[in-house]
Amino acid sequence: MTDITTGDLMVDGNALAGLLAELFGADVTMVPAKCATCGEVNMMGGLHAYVRAPGSVLRCPICGAVMMRIVRTDRATRIEMRGIAYLRFERALL
Amino acid sequence: MARPLDWQLATVAGLRDETDSVRSFSLTLPAWAGHRPGQHVDLRLTAEDGYSVERSYSIASEPERAPEVDITVERIPDGEVSPFLHDVVVPGDRLELRGPIGGYFVWEASQPGPLLLVGGGSGVVPLMAMIRHRARAGAMNPTRLLLSSRGPGEIIYREELDRLSVIQDGFEVVHTLTRAQPAGWNGYARRIDEAMLSEVLAPLGREARVYICGPTALVESAANALVRIGLAPSQIRTERFGPTGT
Repeated sequence: MTDITTGDLMVDGNALAGLLAELFGADVTMVPAKCATCGEVNMMGGLHAYVRAPGSVLRCPICGAVMMRIVRTDRATRIEMRGIAYLRFERALL
Repeated sequence: MARPLDWQLATVAGLRDETDSVRSFSLTLPAWAGHRPGQHVDLRLTAEDGYSVERSYSIASEPERAPEVDITVERIPDGEVSPFLHDVVVPGDRLELRGPIGGYFVWEASQPGPLLLVGGGSGVVPLMAMIRHRARAGAMNPTRLLLSSRGPGEIIYREELDRLSVIQDGFEVVHTLTRAQPAGWNGYARRIDEAMLSEVLAPLGREARVYICGPTALVESAANALVRIGLAPSQIRTERFGPTGT
């Protein structure tokens, strides 16, 4: 058994597909998201996701900046997305 | 028909042991909307006191099997969900799930061109949905599965993969056994590395689409090696499942 490091805990944004679909009302794993920090555009499903915490965090796979934080409690869900410059929804998705 | 985010009740129609610690569950879903190979379901267990826990499991079966859907689950001894599925669930039981979920890690036979699938352990599960779908659809595109397992007894879907390999429809499986090899083994006997990926990729060419699924460390190292070999990151789709499943 190897030691578990923070890097091992990372999964893909695709792992959050169910939660993200609850929030956005559609599957957003194929939606391009522009990183507000480095400007790279990646699909939401390809962002790096950290899900083994009280909340979930999506990071840019290129520069590592936090793009989205999602925290759910019994009463509310809070989404913080200062790290995303834009999301691009194809008309067919909506 | 249920929408992907509606929780629905699946009935366990059958169980099949794939290895000592990996079991497949065939689920019947009357309201199943149909899935694409590579998608997953969210499964929810709720205790009598209201405590509930959710896990995502890749769908192992091809869409053509609907409204029956297979999931394949590795038993993680200290996990919260997989020991319940392995030790308690029997045919006729009902499980609460929703799906299909996630359009990112998906391959369909309508996508032409060579295909490289790279799996580590139970990371083969969503790749198997693609392979089964490919066979059912009659696709002939050159396809190779590089599958890393610890030993010969831990190869998931071994017989079916061997059977599909001899059909000569362009599908081939390449095994690497990282910890234990049977006597006379002349296949790979180490972790997936750049040299191995280079050799397995060679007959497919650098234009191949790549899907990698497995523990995060394996996925990271395989994806990075393929980029060093000269593939564009946009050709590569990954599904990391963390240090282990739960």
